[in-house]
Amino acid sequence: MHFIALRMLTGDRAKYLGLIFTIAFASFLLANQVSIFAGIIKRTASQIVDVVDADLWIMDPATEYIDEVKPLKETDLLRVRGVADVAWAVRLFKSLPRITAPDGRFRQAILLGLDDATLIGAPHGKLRLGRLEDLRDPDAILIDYAGYRYFWPDGELELGRTMEMNDRRVKIVGIVDASAPFATFPVVFSRYSQAVLFVGRERNQMSFVLAKAAPGVAPAALAERISQATGLTALTGDAWAWRTMKYYLKNTGIPVNFGITIGIALIVGIVVMGQTFYLFTIENLKQFGALKAIGVADRTLVGMILLQALTVGVIGYSIGMGICAAFFEITKHNLPTRGLVVLPEAFIGVAVVVLAIVIVASLLSIRRVLVLEPAVVFRG
Amino acid sequence: MNLAVSARALTKTFQNGGVHALRGVDLDIRYGEMTLLVGPSGCGKTTLLCVIAGLLDKTDGEVTMLGQRIADQSARDRVAFRRRHVGFVFQQFNLLPALTAAENVAVPLIAAGHKREPAVKQGVELLARLGMAERATALPRELSGGQQQRVALARAVIHQPSLIICDEPTSALDAVTGQQVMQLLTEVSLREDRAVVVVTHDSRIFDFADTIAHMEDGRVERVVPHGAPARRVATPT
Repeated sequence: MHFIALRMLTGDRAKYLGLIFTIAFASFLLANQVSIFAGIIKRTASQIVDVVDADLWIMDPATEYIDEVKPLKETDLLRVRGVADVAWAVRLFKSLPRITAPDGRFRQAILLGLDDATLIGAPHGKLRLGRLEDLRDPDAILIDYAGYRYFWPDGELELGRTMEMNDRRVKIVGIVDASAPFATFPVVFSRYSQAVLFVGRERNQMSFVLAKAAPGVAPAALAERISQATGLTALTGDAWAWRTMKYYLKNTGIPVNFGITIGIALIVGIVVMGQTFYLFTIENLKQFGALKAIGVADRTLVGMILLQALTVGVIGYSIGMGICAAFFEITKHNLPTRGLVVLPEAFIGVAVVVLAIVIVASLLSIRRVLVLEPAVVFRG
Repeated sequence: MNLAVSARALTKTFQNGGVHALRGVDLDIRYGEMTLLVGPSGCGKTTLLCVIAGLLDKTDGEVTMLGQRIADQSARDRVAFRRRHVGFVFQQFNLLPALTAAENVAVPLIAAGHKREPAVKQGVELLARLGMAERATALPRELSGGQQQRVALARAVIHQPSLIICDEPTSALDAVTGQQVMQLLTEVSLREDRAVVVVTHDSRIFDFADTIAHMEDGRVERVVPHGAPARRVATPT
């Protein structure tokens, strides 16, 4: 009876396409919005994610997220180094100075000052042009590609260009593909000793201590011990990234905004698909009645309805995911939307949601067919 | 007695007994015969048909079809029994609009678990016997009313049922086409081991009947042997 179910489904082209469009639209919207939401939230932790050579971040206990930092004392670095099983610990400076191009254009920038000796925290493997070692030159900075393109939108990438960081001269020695930050600020790397000179002096300057666990030592356990020993907060990179993301989730309207869109997609999916599919079944009631009279079992009819709904669901979902993948394939080449990619988890999650939509939509139709008296076919 | 269907004191009420559709029907339907159920609108003809076919539960009395008490069977067994032993011809044809004529004919076989291709092939062959070989791949909307009813007729007999139930098979057709359809019905359906029951208002087809049961107000008032004069004329020996 499967082919009969499918022929009944495709027989009414307008409704068939309408059902597929509904599911495709809902699938696309769900996967797209979930992926963009996750991508934007992930951006809040982009500077944490980009640090790949340290296990632990140590900070002031009152620090809630990476964008608001209370400096540590220089002695805190020594205290961290004194904890057993700490392989090494280095400074990291983070601030938001103003960076100005020769033509006068300026932007607030995310400045990361890396340990002078080791350059720990540098974006290893992400250099598009230049050499990391050149960061040791006087006034040297690395700038991210998006930031570079803000100041010089066209032409070849060029090293040696000079800019002003607050009121100090800097020279670009490398261009990196840093992960896109939450705000659209350029990301700039320099040596620690130089970075602290770019911004107003405070008694304490060190934003974070980056540390590495000794071989065989679990970073999470070491973080616990550092916290106990120093009174500072020590977190693994993952935990710190999550804490930052949770801050934005809790304290901004982003989840509400995306939640509304995702909710609309769900409502559109369930209500429109449910209603259209139900109407489709209602219009075919006589056909189902005839099949019942002929002797087609209820179980078979339920199977036919589920097959019809599943077919629409699978095709609609596939189209929706295809559009979604195409969307991100196109937008990933644009600087403002770089780093926003479709999440595999979104594909799986949307598949589950579509399945739920299909089942909910089918249930009403199945109920209607099950209670249908086959004698209805004798009423002209 | 050679009975396909036997009804005794059969009653059927709706709305918790508020509406009496059948008020003690006694009726015998014999194998090898065409029995017409006639009577004014609302007299209970279609309800009787539905109870006989097991599409509606009786309220009281007894009905035996092909030697079995349908009411004693489980719902699942009743559906299976209907699938095997009963063929239907409906007033509005009730063909599936997305299937071709041959596929529509094959539906009872497919419902019984036959594979699609041989079932449709059988449908094509049967349609050819009904003079519709060239229309086997047409959709119902591409067929005339008479052609659609011929497809419905083929669908009713393809699985070799013992009882064929027809509800107003000619009411949607003009007089000539109606006569042709009845002619085909008798040719294709009537056999020694099969009974045909036809509900109709159409007095023009009375001459195809072996027996005419007149119903009124939920009862069979009289059963008249009719001798099927039209069949004697139409099928010369």
